[in-house]
Amino acid sequence: MKDRIMKAESVRMLQFEQVSYQYAGEAFDIVDQLSFSVSPGSFHCIVGVSGCGKSTIFRMINGLLQPKKGEILVGGRPIAGQKQYCGYMPQKDMLFPWRTVGENLALPLEIRGGYSRKERQERIEAALADVGLEGCCGKRPEELSGGMRQRAAFARTMLTGSDLLLLDEPFSALDFLTRISMQEWLLDQWQRHRKTILFITHDVEEAIFLSSSVLVVESTPIRTLREIEVPLGYPRTRQDLKRPEIVDLREQLVDLLRKQVNV
Amino acid sequence: MRKACKQNIPAMIFLFVLLMIWQLGAMKVNAAYILPTPVQILKKLWELREVLFTVHLPSTMLVTAIGLLISLVLGLGLAVLMDVSPFWQKALYPVVVASQTIPTTAIAPLFVLWFGYGIWSKVLVTVLITFFPITITVYDGLRSAKVEMAELLVTYGATKRDIFLKIKVPCALPYFFSAIKMAIPMSIIGAAIGEWLGAQSGLGYFSRRMMTQLDGAGVFAPIVLLSAAAMLAVALIALLEKKVVRWRGES
Repeated sequence: MKDRIMKAESVRMLQFEQVSYQYAGEAFDIVDQLSFSVSPGSFHCIVGVSGCGKSTIFRMINGLLQPKKGEILVGGRPIAGQKQYCGYMPQKDMLFPWRTVGENLALPLEIRGGYSRKERQERIEAALADVGLEGCCGKRPEELSGGMRQRAAFARTMLTGSDLLLLDEPFSALDFLTRISMQEWLLDQWQRHRKTILFITHDVEEAIFLSSSVLVVESTPIRTLREIEVPLGYPRTRQDLKRPEIVDLREQLVDLLRKQVNV
Repeated sequence: MRKACKQNIPAMIFLFVLLMIWQLGAMKVNAAYILPTPVQILKKLWELREVLFTVHLPSTMLVTAIGLLISLVLGLGLAVLMDVSPFWQKALYPVVVASQTIPTTAIAPLFVLWFGYGIWSKVLVTVLITFFPITITVYDGLRSAKVEMAELLVTYGATKRDIFLKIKVPCALPYFFSAIKMAIPMSIIGAAIGEWLGAQSGLGYFSRRMMTQLDGAGVFAPIVLLSAAAMLAVALIALLEKKVVRWRGES
């Protein structure tokens, strides 16, 4: 036990140990003895071509899929015995149309329970203000624009109270200009809240702009994630993407991924 | 409201034209015992208002209400059971569908034999006719809940009960209202059929009695009343629906 506390400094936020997963009806393990880890407070993007199995990794972390073999640890403990250890934000915003924006944000709090109505309301309003949606509490989701809906969904994810956030292509449905504003906005959120973020995307530029290091899915089945450092500090701007070393990195990543595309 | 009126103008004109044709045609035929004019029917309705509104309308509405209530409890219960348990879904669904092939009108006389001329033989006809659309529609509504939404709640730590109350019920609500709006006219028809076959009171019974007296307008008057009651009830439910379901199904 003492050992554990001593090592607290080096505890990984998320750790995969020899994890395998096989879909029913498939002959091979789509994730095959995969090991990798993520340190607290980092921002990693997982990039890979469509259908490579990156979402499978997410669905094992959030408990929707059970690994066939191996163990997944969050905060140094197996996920099997834990609850609310990660906040998952799916591709579509999944705001419930029959609830107002505020009522949507209440969902994780309602399910966890133990909050009075007043406490809930305070937290929701704080979370909405934090994502720049003051005064949207009583609005219906369909009254919001695409970017606002994603911010509301992000606020809802934040209200799970988890330190580990799993964002599955959250901006892929947005138009280009909204997307790049949302990327800057997300970096700002991340720096203020010191969360650990794993972000799935197939957009190489998005991956470079957001992450401290990119985790590349090089082949399916996934046996390793190749970690590629992004030689940029934070805060960063879109201007940084024009640097020669970043342009090179971009090309390198595109080459890596294109090899897997069979047209 | 004004917009709704404007939208209905073509239908109103068409209805008026139809009634005019009926009126003129019936006047030409001049055989009120088989083809009364709309005006004669309205006059009859006015003459018989006392007995129709105080005896026969309440009697039919009571059968309708009891039948609808039983259908609702039965239909909702079956729908939830089929949604929760795959076994019951497999066991019940085909039986529920098959029950619709029973020619209710043809076996209704048997119900009168079994349950007598009282209220319950009519209630049974009503239930047999209406529980099916309620069961199937509500079941479809519960099924319409998106898997992704349920998964999101599971990652928040939701139980099956949470998912049922927070996703399935809201998803099924618009379906539920459609089911009731469908079931109301059907239950009124069911009650009228039951009364037609044998009863001591009710609009169906009254209509049949007028038939034996060759009173054409008297046959039609209770029928007009039945339609009006059904329309009014559906309009009330639609109003309630507008209050409760403030959202419409999204892409």
